[in-house]
Amino acid sequence: MAINNIIIERWHNSDIVLLGGSAGAFKLLFRVIKCLSPDLGKTVIIIIHRKRNFLSEMEKLFAKNATMKLNEITDKEPVKKNTIYIAPANYHILIEKSGHFSLDVSEDVWYSKPSIDVAFESAADVYKDRCTAILFSGANQDGAQGLLQLRNNGSLTIVQHPKDAEMTHMPQAAINIGAAEYILRTEEIFELLEMG
Amino acid sequence: MSDAPVGITEPQLYQLIDFVKKIHGFDFSDYSKASLKRRFSRIMMLKKLEFYELKHALINDLNFFQWFLEEVTVNVTEMFRDPSFYKALNAQVIPYLSSFPHIRVWSAGCSSGEEVYSLAILLDGAGLNEKTFIYGTDINIEMLNEARKGIYSLRKMKSYTENYQLCDLPGLLTDHFTIMYDAAGIHNELKQNTLFSIHNLVSDHVFNEFQLISCRNVFIYFEAELQEKILGLFYKSLCPLGFLCLGSKETIRLPDFKSKFKVINSRENIYQKIGDQ
Repeated sequence: MAINNIIIERWHNSDIVLLGGSAGAFKLLFRVIKCLSPDLGKTVIIIIHRKRNFLSEMEKLFAKNATMKLNEITDKEPVKKNTIYIAPANYHILIEKSGHFSLDVSEDVWYSKPSIDVAFESAADVYKDRCTAILFSGANQDGAQGLLQLRNNGSLTIVQHPKDAEMTHMPQAAINIGAAEYILRTEEIFELLEMG
Repeated sequence: MSDAPVGITEPQLYQLIDFVKKIHGFDFSDYSKASLKRRFSRIMMLKKLEFYELKHALINDLNFFQWFLEEVTVNVTEMFRDPSFYKALNAQVIPYLSSFPHIRVWSAGCSSGEEVYSLAILLDGAGLNEKTFIYGTDINIEMLNEARKGIYSLRKMKSYTENYQLCDLPGLLTDHFTIMYDAAGIHNELKQNTLFSIHNLVSDHVFNEFQLISCRNVFIYFEAELQEKILGLFYKSLCPLGFLCLGSKETIRLPDFKSKFKVINSRENIYQKIGDQ
């Protein structure tokens, strides 16, 4: 499946880009951060599974390499364009209709906090067809249900081709329940992201 | 498990808020809506209820309401959650607190009491147990009963122990507990200086004067206006130069916050009361 004009048009109409991943997604997301143009005109939100208690160097590493502004999400922070937001460890993230983030410390979902499902489901409520969501490599099925909800609400949903994913469980789970509108090869995903 | 794919609608959300307020007197109208919506949807999924059935249960079944309240208010907590916070507290706040003749602590939104006992262990370790008294408050009776017991499953104790080790505190967490089969109970000398009681941050008022107030990961469930109101309550409840601890991601964006509180640790969100007194 290659990138077609419909995908491109919907990408351009998206105000918000959601990126989810777990095991095997770090390097990819690092590359994403490097390639995104600082005046993309969209909000980018990254939810990657991470271990609690360890102040990871991830934000620092990401911030150093991003050309777009990059923040770890704090409670009630306004959702702004041309900013990359990273979900903090040991919190779920939710998006409010009023245009800001809320955090949540409730039960883990699929053994994960932040959970990709929780973030995706709340974004589905707010952004509908003004959203592009991409699910990358991972070793559990978090994200699949949320991606399905996004798809049902009109968002553009893309899953990394399991052939390219280091861990296939996460993308495959999304494909299995029909959450993936498009299954793209890694290089095709980057082609889209680099369109600006 | 993930949430049910279809939750409640926006109008249903506001209907429920109105319902709970009118029938049970709990006002959730200034709670963060995205989170509340998720909790309500989760309740319907857990009990396999349609919306009208949920309303029916809320009107007719008082036991259901207690359970409902527990599920709506998030009660997930840990002992020594965020070890870096406890390290900062130990290094930057405890030495200051030790200079007060007595130390009254308020853990607001204490849930099952883990934070209260974590603070008790920390203050005891600094030799301050004798002059310390810790109040834990919550809106949830069941949670307060759990907190009073001070008994935690060994499964939980395992992850609490990991946290404890990362705090660089002496010995083991279990040194402060008595192990009983598959659970651990906090030692009596730590428990005797604690009191758990009902208090609703939304509707209740100042009830004592404190040297330290800890309210971590509670504000995330409130909208900004309610946060502001409760900050006012905390300000009034603190003694001059008393300390306020918020969750590390709970950034306060109020312009006059800076004139009322001095930043002690910006990463861990620890503040000290300054300004008019």
